[in-house]
Amino acid sequence: MNNKIENTLFQCRAINKEFGNVKANDDISINIGNSQIHALLGENGAGKSTLVKIIYGLLQPDSGSMTFLNKEYSPKSPKDARALGVGMVFQHFSLFEPLTAFENILLGLDKEIGEKELHKSVIKLSESYGLEVNLSSYIGDLSAGERQRVEIIRALIQKPKLLIMDEPTSVLTPFECESLFKTLKKLASEGTSILYISHKLKEIADLCDTASVLRKGAIVGEYDPKKMTPRELGEIMVGQSLFEPKRPVAANKSNKVLSVKINEVKPDTQFGVTLKNIDLAVYQSEILGIGGVAGNGQEELMQILTGEKKDRNVSIKYMDNDIEMLNPRVRREIGLAFAPEERLGHAAVGNLNLLENSLITDPKKRFQKKMGFIDFSELNEYTNEIIEKFNVKTTGVSALASSLSGGNLQKFVVGREIGQKPSLFIVNQPTWGVDALSAANIRQAIVAIANNGAAIILISQDLDEILEISNKVAFLTNGNLSIPTNAMDIKTDEIGAIMGGIGD
Amino acid sequence: MDLSEINFAVLVASLIVASTPLVLAALGELIVEKAGVLNLGVEGMMIIGAVAGFIVGVETGSAYIGMIAAAVAGALLSLLFAFIILIMQANQVASGLALTIFGLGIAALMGHPYTGIKSPQISTISIPILSEIPILGTMFFQHDLIVYLSLISVLTIWYFLTRMRAGLILRSVGEDHDVAHSLGYRVITIRFLAILFGGAMAGVGGGYLSLFRVPQWTEGMTAGAGWIALALVVFSGWRPFRLLIGAYIFGGITILQLNLQAIGVNINIAVLSMAPYLATILALMVISMSRFRGNRGAPGCLGRSFVKTI
Repeated sequence: MNNKIENTLFQCRAINKEFGNVKANDDISINIGNSQIHALLGENGAGKSTLVKIIYGLLQPDSGSMTFLNKEYSPKSPKDARALGVGMVFQHFSLFEPLTAFENILLGLDKEIGEKELHKSVIKLSESYGLEVNLSSYIGDLSAGERQRVEIIRALIQKPKLLIMDEPTSVLTPFECESLFKTLKKLASEGTSILYISHKLKEIADLCDTASVLRKGAIVGEYDPKKMTPRELGEIMVGQSLFEPKRPVAANKSNKVLSVKINEVKPDTQFGVTLKNIDLAVYQSEILGIGGVAGNGQEELMQILTGEKKDRNVSIKYMDNDIEMLNPRVRREIGLAFAPEERLGHAAVGNLNLLENSLITDPKKRFQKKMGFIDFSELNEYTNEIIEKFNVKTTGVSALASSLSGGNLQKFVVGREIGQKPSLFIVNQPTWGVDALSAANIRQAIVAIANNGAAIILISQDLDEILEISNKVAFLTNGNLSIPTNAMDIKTDEIGAIMGGIGD
Repeated sequence: MDLSEINFAVLVASLIVASTPLVLAALGELIVEKAGVLNLGVEGMMIIGAVAGFIVGVETGSAYIGMIAAAVAGALLSLLFAFIILIMQANQVASGLALTIFGLGIAALMGHPYTGIKSPQISTISIPILSEIPILGTMFFQHDLIVYLSLISVLTIWYFLTRMRAGLILRSVGEDHDVAHSLGYRVITIRFLAILFGGAMAGVGGGYLSLFRVPQWTEGMTAGAGWIALALVVFSGWRPFRLLIGAYIFGGITILQLNLQAIGVNINIAVLSMAPYLATILALMVISMSRFRGNRGAPGCLGRSFVKTI
């Protein structure tokens, strides 16, 4: 499809945008051809979001110009953009949870339209693109994949010529990704161009015709992802060679750190998953990877492991002590560390600054002087160390946790937990939403503490991540955990079989 | 004590009159809260409406012109609130409380020369045929214009919120202002208009008190009606028809206790006067209990300031 580039649909020239003294977009020019799937690649903070917000009319550039369909294009609001034929599907869904799917679609439209008529066109759309959705269900009750389908329908109903997709696969199961790609390819073949933002390099090679790479706000170049390896693309993206973390050298089989036996644990809410038949053990210097599609018991297992949920029918042995009835604080005191998936509001307090966020997870009272006074110099040093070592982009230790971008906060949280030098580190989705280089850094740091003798339980939906650094892997399906097997022996089709019949 | 002294039809008719200020003010606050703003200044806006309506009504000799003035006065006071919380992004709870205190004070000052003056004449509108039905006619079809208008408002607001695109947009702003903003809806403008409407409705509710229900001006005459209106919004689960029923229940309790006092029931007057307020607290407790929870009434962004992040 590359030969179609001369039919330019969208073009931007010399776009500049500054926030304070940060150049978010520096002289950016790109061309998007008709029927083209054009990838926009870059790390967190490279300026991708700023650029698409400008294209979608949420921001106005300081200078530069755009053309769309051979006409001058300068949308003042998303409404303008939609009216001219640009649609967008957001990374963090821009859906109203308490409203129904239908109401959400209605809200995305700019003109009044008869409900029956809309119903008809929505059903037609969802049939021809395989976007199944129950229109009368509330968004809050839908899975991530279903929510995205609602968003896509909402964008497609206005018949856009250019569809912007902002990291669409970050919340999807592999199966949902596949059906999304089918939809996008069909759309492109029918004449819609797609601007596809992602930092998952493999899917870009599968899907996209062209990739523009952004680094530090400026365009590095335009590449053909089909002719390059994901690794080459990744290195262009970060501007340096990427290293691949190696799994820990050898587990110390004589030192069992943790063993967990669960017969059955019922969930607290009707939407939860019942955990069944879980039997796992993790040794010193070993990483146990727990894979599986979201919503198969990861949250519930994490709660049992951290002590946020206690259950007498569970047996958790930590270095020969029964700890199943201990609360999270006591577990931390005896050498466990946790990093839950939800970073804001669970792993970190949004309205507290980074110093305070380090302080509240200080089980060993390192930052406490006599009479309960805080040792600020020590705390400062510790927090700065995390920021430096994990390359956390922030204005400083007194920045509020909520002011950090998701990926940066994730780096901070993982850094903070690793800094406790735990004997057992349990982490859920450590690199979710984190760019390639930082993700490699986080994995490397996890491997490093394992090599120093810590045991790790790594829960992740990123199969590549699990296979890359785990010694043993097991998979959660419907609350059941498969028998942990050696990571080096497992084959991809076996994983498919283990995970088969799950999701939706 | 003789319960037969209480005429049931008249009782119902007067409970409707007693409830009308609550219905009006609470409907206004319902719209404000559906847009995601918590305005605790209802009491202040009501009393400003009461005093402004009364003054203009007396000076012009027309209760209806007085009612228009009441709406304008309530809206003007709410304008102050809107500026503080939307533009200056101050805390909504504190600003609302300040609005109430401010309103009560300024109303007392303005109303002082008008204490004890008679209000202009008003007439009831008897709906032909319907008003001649025995008992029911007395209950429902021999009221002043504002009572009928309040009922029409309930219907209109229900229709607006559930059937109209504009209502859906208003709700969407209240549920998640960030999403609404990203779709290109003007959160601040929509909230601004909602607050003005809420102010006007509270003003009308206050004006109804001083011009129709009592009718005269006394200092502090709203006597907590604004707070009950706020409680009613929660009680109703943010639904107009439930709000109407709730208002009539509270109005009913008020009227009943007055009647019981009049016929000399052997209960302490203080306890009887307490009844509507106790009922408010009880209703709020019941509604907060777990089995009622999780209804989709409360707007997701209620009371939260909107800060543009992009």
